[in-house]
Amino acid sequence: MAADTGVGAAERVAGLDRLELGPRKDGGPGVWARKLWKGTWPKVLAIVIVVGAWQLVVLAEWRPVFVLPPPSRVFDELVRVVPTASFWDSVLLTMGRAATGFGLAVAIGMIIGIAVARFQPLRAAIGSLITGMQTMPSIVWFPFAILLFKISEEAILFVVVLGAAPSIANGLISGIDYVPPTWKRVGQILGMRGFGLYRHLIIPAALPSFVSGLKQGWAFAWRSLMAGELLVIVPGALSIGVRLQTSRDLNDAPGLLAYVIIVLCVGIVVDIVFSAADKALRRRWGLTV
Amino acid sequence: MSVGTETGTEHAVRLDGVSKTYGKGRTALLALDDVSFDVRRGEFVSILGASGCGKSTLLSLIAGLDPLSAGTIDVSDHRVSLMFQEPALFPWLTVAGNIEIALRMRGVERAARRERSARLLDVVRLEGFGRKRPHELSGGMRQRVALARALAQDADVLLMDEPFGALDAMTRDILHDELERIWRERELTVLFVTHNVREAVRLGDRVVLLSSRPGRVLKEFPVEQRRPRRIDSPQVAELASAITDELRAEVSRHGR
Repeated sequence: MAADTGVGAAERVAGLDRLELGPRKDGGPGVWARKLWKGTWPKVLAIVIVVGAWQLVVLAEWRPVFVLPPPSRVFDELVRVVPTASFWDSVLLTMGRAATGFGLAVAIGMIIGIAVARFQPLRAAIGSLITGMQTMPSIVWFPFAILLFKISEEAILFVVVLGAAPSIANGLISGIDYVPPTWKRVGQILGMRGFGLYRHLIIPAALPSFVSGLKQGWAFAWRSLMAGELLVIVPGALSIGVRLQTSRDLNDAPGLLAYVIIVLCVGIVVDIVFSAADKALRRRWGLTV
Repeated sequence: MSVGTETGTEHAVRLDGVSKTYGKGRTALLALDDVSFDVRRGEFVSILGASGCGKSTLLSLIAGLDPLSAGTIDVSDHRVSLMFQEPALFPWLTVAGNIEIALRMRGVERAARRERSARLLDVVRLEGFGRKRPHELSGGMRQRVALARALAQDADVLLMDEPFGALDAMTRDILHDELERIWRERELTVLFVTHNVREAVRLGDRVVLLSSRPGRVLKEFPVEQRRPRRIDSPQVAELASAITDELRAEVSRHGR
């Protein structure tokens, strides 16, 4: 009787598993190309529409051409500027500031987020303050930042961090709040406590919400940085903001628009990176259909 | 708390006058009232009751997750693990990783963790699935991973809170066989909470019937039938219907 359950059971279990898992879906290069096309054509169409509309406004002579140049002029300017070393110096300077500010904001946001999620009185004290800060236009901090740090890198960083950290903290807090109670019970049963509990359970479980907090935090950091570079012009630092300002001073509309497009492109590229991270996370968790 | 070695080897779990009250004052809810029973080492006890009998509360108390209001629970030197209706696997870890995290929390070295998680996957017949993600498995397979994770804690007392409640009948039937096999091979002591009477009879050496609101031990039914049993056998059905009658009487008592 024991032998009967032994051999037969193994086959029954394997059979059931195979039936429940269903057939594998296969993806070939054809599927890949179709997916790529499906994601690309709406974007191409959108660009064509925007550029077309712009061209129409120029043709209608709503503004003189030296103020509102046609797309072709701006495109020529981009082609001229992008290969130059001084252009990349500016991009590197600005992106360096963005990275430092965002990195600081992540560190500070995480510390505040964990502290608020963990200690109830702290949440009561500053929970809604964080949300309030999040909705505040960070540009209002600049006058104070300039008083505090003079015209300096620190003034810009200060505002970038103030702009980004609340979103990052809030993302982490809501991620921690929504950790399913059964996971926490499992953690308890497995003997997770203190730092280990955070490392092995709370932080990984809060990751999806944390990533959307990072994404939003980046958007605020980038905005604050651009505002900062226009307002706080540090002598000798030829950032993207300074370039924009200089173009305006010289009535160089094509140059100005070229840099606006660069700023837009940076935003899009970073968004693609965050979206890819978010998507990879969802796939691992099995949250995609 | 501790008892002599003689009784320590005899009983895996000993509940004496266990009560649990939630809240205070007028809104206080008495979930369990003076529950006493013993579970022998290697015994499989089914705990059965209608809604509101505090079945899940009882397991939480034995697992030490919640404090008692009164009484004592003695598990002497046994290691206790608890399984839920949901597998509650961590989606950020692979199947093997979910088992290894239990070993890691007990301070097992990395190489030993690999090896032991592979062996435990064999035990639950999931060899070769270690690198999958939990969402790639079916419900029954996930519950087996959860079982492997519980076994990874080296628990010899396994508390199960309606572990097969969310599975279809066919899968549940096969998992009954699997659980019975693992219980026997590993000489586990199992406390199995369910509201399914036939399941309780199919698996248990003994069925403990709890009353509802508050939970008290209403009656105990030894299951004499030899293993392996089938859930659709006449003997199982016969005892199950006797227990169902008791259960119905208990439920209708609350309707009056």
